[in-house]
Amino acid sequence: MLGHIVHRGLAAGGFVAQHTSVLPALSQRLFASRPSDDKVVSVEVAPFAVHKINAPSRHVETNVGELSEMYKMMYKMRRMEIAADMQYKSKMIRGFCHLYDGQEAVLTGIEAAITKEDSLITSYRDHCHNLTRGGNVANTMAELFGRATGATRGLGGSMHMYNKAQKFYGGNGIVGAQIPLGAGIAFAHKYRKEPNVCVTMYGDGAANQGQKYESMNIAALWEIPCIYVCENNHYGMGTAEWRSAKSPSYYTRGDYIPGIKADGMDVLAVKQVTAYAKQYALEVGPIILELDTYRYHGHSMSDPGSTYHTGFEINFVVLPRNP
Amino acid sequence: MILQPSSRLSIGFGIGLALRRQHSRPAEHVALQASRHDEATNISAPAKHSPQNSRVAHMNMANAVHSALEAAMELEPKSCVFGEDVAFGGVFRCTVGLQSRFGKNRCFNTPLSEQGIVGFGIGLAAMGWKAICEIQFADYIYPAFDQMVNEAAKYRYRSGGMYNVGGLTLRAPYGAVGHGGAYHSQSPESFFCHVPGLKVVIPSSPMEAKGLLLASIFEPDPVVFFEPKMMYRTSAEDVPTGSFTIPLGKARVISTGQDITLVGWGQQVVVLMEAAKLAKQEGVSCEIIDLRTLQPWDRETVIASVEKTGRLLVSHEAPLTGGFGAELVAEVTKKAFTSLLSPPVRVCGMDTPFPLVLESIYLPSALRVLEAIKSSVLY
Repeated sequence: MLGHIVHRGLAAGGFVAQHTSVLPALSQRLFASRPSDDKVVSVEVAPFAVHKINAPSRHVETNVGELSEMYKMMYKMRRMEIAADMQYKSKMIRGFCHLYDGQEAVLTGIEAAITKEDSLITSYRDHCHNLTRGGNVANTMAELFGRATGATRGLGGSMHMYNKAQKFYGGNGIVGAQIPLGAGIAFAHKYRKEPNVCVTMYGDGAANQGQKYESMNIAALWEIPCIYVCENNHYGMGTAEWRSAKSPSYYTRGDYIPGIKADGMDVLAVKQVTAYAKQYALEVGPIILELDTYRYHGHSMSDPGSTYHTGFEINFVVLPRNP
Repeated sequence: MILQPSSRLSIGFGIGLALRRQHSRPAEHVALQASRHDEATNISAPAKHSPQNSRVAHMNMANAVHSALEAAMELEPKSCVFGEDVAFGGVFRCTVGLQSRFGKNRCFNTPLSEQGIVGFGIGLAAMGWKAICEIQFADYIYPAFDQMVNEAAKYRYRSGGMYNVGGLTLRAPYGAVGHGGAYHSQSPESFFCHVPGLKVVIPSSPMEAKGLLLASIFEPDPVVFFEPKMMYRTSAEDVPTGSFTIPLGKARVISTGQDITLVGWGQQVVVLMEAAKLAKQEGVSCEIIDLRTLQPWDRETVIASVEKTGRLLVSHEAPLTGGFGAELVAEVTKKAFTSLLSPPVRVCGMDTPFPLVLESIYLPSALRVLEAIKSSVLY
């Protein structure tokens, strides 16, 4: 979807990778005709599904500069995860490695809507969160290799990356354990009268954990500015959501907590709904966002994913939605 | 037909089963393999006394666990195997084919809720079923800890014997695997040993795994069965394809020695054997005991051994402080105090969270065990 927008918003060829040195004159000409960063682009995103709240506007205004930043970030995330995949297969990375490719738009959209004063906490699928919160590809890869130059000095590994300065609380191994933590972090923001939220990310697998409901009850009771983001990639390890959840409408499962479902592969839809949610969380209380996405790899590098990701799914459902 | 080995074995097993059903305390177990395991048996040597007409297959521990589960489900129609991702075979392939063979009502996936899985299993067991639940990694067992401690362990006691959850067997892969890090390597056995009402069993080879798991499933008490995940693929031996059990509460003397008693369980038994080989080169003869059941543990065998050798070394991957080794040392010191020639020693994992790249330093390796053997002998 983004590819389509980029093409529409830019002059032809503005983002062609300039790796051919054969036609320098041509490349010069292309750069000269590149649009300015503040050229406004208007997009209408797919409709949102809502639970006990009004939907945000489907009309999103952005500009070329922002789009190109988003694209660069998502592309970097994708390349890094693929590189991690190759390194794992060459046994340079050992241990467990949960890749985020396919889900880049979720994180990029969220980060575009919040600031680094807002806290972020997530599960073990956190390589890309390190990128957006003060890390870089070098220290993420170093952490995966277990080196002392890594994000957490090689002590955490793939599943445990943190950044205190940028309020990134990890990087948590146990499924769902981060959800009550997120409520606590958000409470601290409220207590200190800061205009900030905590974005608490979890997956469809974690959505069946008891501690999620405990956390949501407390957050709603005490009006805590916590944005619960369910990254629904439709599989908990190897179990499809329809086998593990009576109600796979995760955005409704907060009951008294309102929820919005958006297309997690559309970075602008994610940004729009997150900005809306932040406003709601600061004014009223907790809210759930369900972002519909997909992971191209298995649950982790030990899981090929081929036993449950069918070819049909990948070819006809997922690839056309590649963020 | 169902029990492939000899009719004597099948009848004997049936008797054992019937006895179990009648008594709330474990009856005198008809353990047909007991005589074989009482002998000093080298862990890698083939079975000396196979049951008549038995067939054996070369199995690794995952195959052996699978074989035990399949046998149990055949023997007991009111049994279920469930947990996360078990339907497609499980992350370690221990439950392959069980769903297609026994149906979706007997082998099924659960949602990702450990507390829910175990709580559900307790309810099923309270109704008289054999509930065999799987926790995908022992590291994830803690949400279920309340259910195990406060419900499973106390059900029989608090209901005055009216109800019990003896049919509950909780299986979980545990232990270091080389690259597991903090959440795929833990050894939580000591937490469960501290709960009266639960039994804790840990096999150290495929043969042990199959026999002990079958015994655990048919044991009229809830059993926590930790499977050393490192051994799923690395440990393989010939295992009878039919049903057999190994008695719970009875340790196995793997090799006899004169100078020091080494006690361990699971994968650590292999490490102890390595250390014993190194010690032998230095002239120290070690007696190695595989504890098998941690709760209740075989006091007689261990104390008799320490009275003979005069020295005790306990080794486990779990962190030193509060590990189960402490319990063994306390009891042996009390019962065999005058036989001791040196203070009992524990060689264990360090008192830190399980590391990632520093695993080889953290674990009680054969060299660390050897060092402790030497200092004990030279005391």
